[in-house]
Amino acid sequence: MDRFTVFAPRLVEKAEYFTSGHRACQGCAEALAVRLVMKALGRNTIVAMATGCMEIISSPLPTTAWNVPWIHVAFENASAVISGCEAGMKVLMRKGKVPEKKINFVAMGGDGATADIGMGQLSGALERGHDMIYVCFDNEAYMNTGIQRSSSTPYGASTTTSPAGKVSIGQRTQKKNLPQIAVAHNIPYVATACPSFPFDLMEKVKKAANIKGPAYVHILSVCPTGWRIPTSDSIRYGRLAVDTGVFPLYEVVDGKYRMTYEPQKLRPVGDYLKGQGRFRHLKDKDIEEIQRRVNQEYEKIISKCGGM
Amino acid sequence: MAKPMEEIKWQELEPGAVVREVGNAREYETGTWRSEKPVVNADECIHCGVCWLFCPDAAIHQMPDGHFEANLTYCKGCGICARECPVGCITMVAEEEE
Repeated sequence: MDRFTVFAPRLVEKAEYFTSGHRACQGCAEALAVRLVMKALGRNTIVAMATGCMEIISSPLPTTAWNVPWIHVAFENASAVISGCEAGMKVLMRKGKVPEKKINFVAMGGDGATADIGMGQLSGALERGHDMIYVCFDNEAYMNTGIQRSSSTPYGASTTTSPAGKVSIGQRTQKKNLPQIAVAHNIPYVATACPSFPFDLMEKVKKAANIKGPAYVHILSVCPTGWRIPTSDSIRYGRLAVDTGVFPLYEVVDGKYRMTYEPQKLRPVGDYLKGQGRFRHLKDKDIEEIQRRVNQEYEKIISKCGGM
Repeated sequence: MAKPMEEIKWQELEPGAVVREVGNAREYETGTWRSEKPVVNADECIHCGVCWLFCPDAAIHQMPDGHFEANLTYCKGCGICARECPVGCITMVAEEEE
């Protein structure tokens, strides 16, 4: 953590909208990401959440960890339901049945709900231009049901449905680039964030809330259970993902790219891969291949940021 | 206070299984999951709040004298606070067996 940010936590909102007592695993950075997102959004928020880890751990009947109106909907339609909420509230405000005020409409989903199952509905909601935010918590597999691969799982990761062994390297396909898909919808705001950089994350969410029209925020959420790392290291691995260039932090405002955090020199990708149990079968030549791919993707983003 | 799930009859459930009490997950004490607890050295603590910001369970609070302390009712003992503390004033200590 940088020195100048050490005392900044005092300035952060003190109220908790995602309370203690939720059932997330020890060291869950996704629960931390939800907590920070809610801190940034504040009280006037309606959340629709797709099925996934965060839904399961926050709302086992009869308890709920939410201090804001919250609805659980099926895997595919979080973005469709929040579109309906937004349209409905707009009408109620116009008719004077609800006092006029600024409400943040937020849909949340995991990478499975976003990249695989809810892709079409997300695309529809972005295209219709509702004033909403979609937050994707990307932990790179279906962790809730026991670590099955999703289309957001990176190349080489071992999961229960893409196990590594004598013949298989684990996941054989590359990670789906969701932020780029959102950018392709020409929406006003797209950003990537990581809870290891909390101020950056909260700033982006606030920006997304203040922009009129659909916004998409993609958050890398480290999962100690699925990534097979010690629970205390989940913040550290998020930071490594950014410092190695695996997950660059950038934002796209009206089609203009900007890097929000640029490491002075990228660390070798091995630093990020070596400690994780899901990558431990990788040989040096596999890591070289991943390094080549990461450099290529990183240069693409840098060139887009430079081309302003 | 919400009843435990096994004591609730189906007639008592609201239509759509709506929960009207906000944030009542607080009644579920996740502290019982813990095998190690964070111990803060209050003299070394610089009152920065990094541990509070990074706690996934929102289980850290500020004491009246300014230093931060974990709420052991909810702390799951993940050790993020001890790892991220910039001055290293938090140590994880194994829970004693009863």
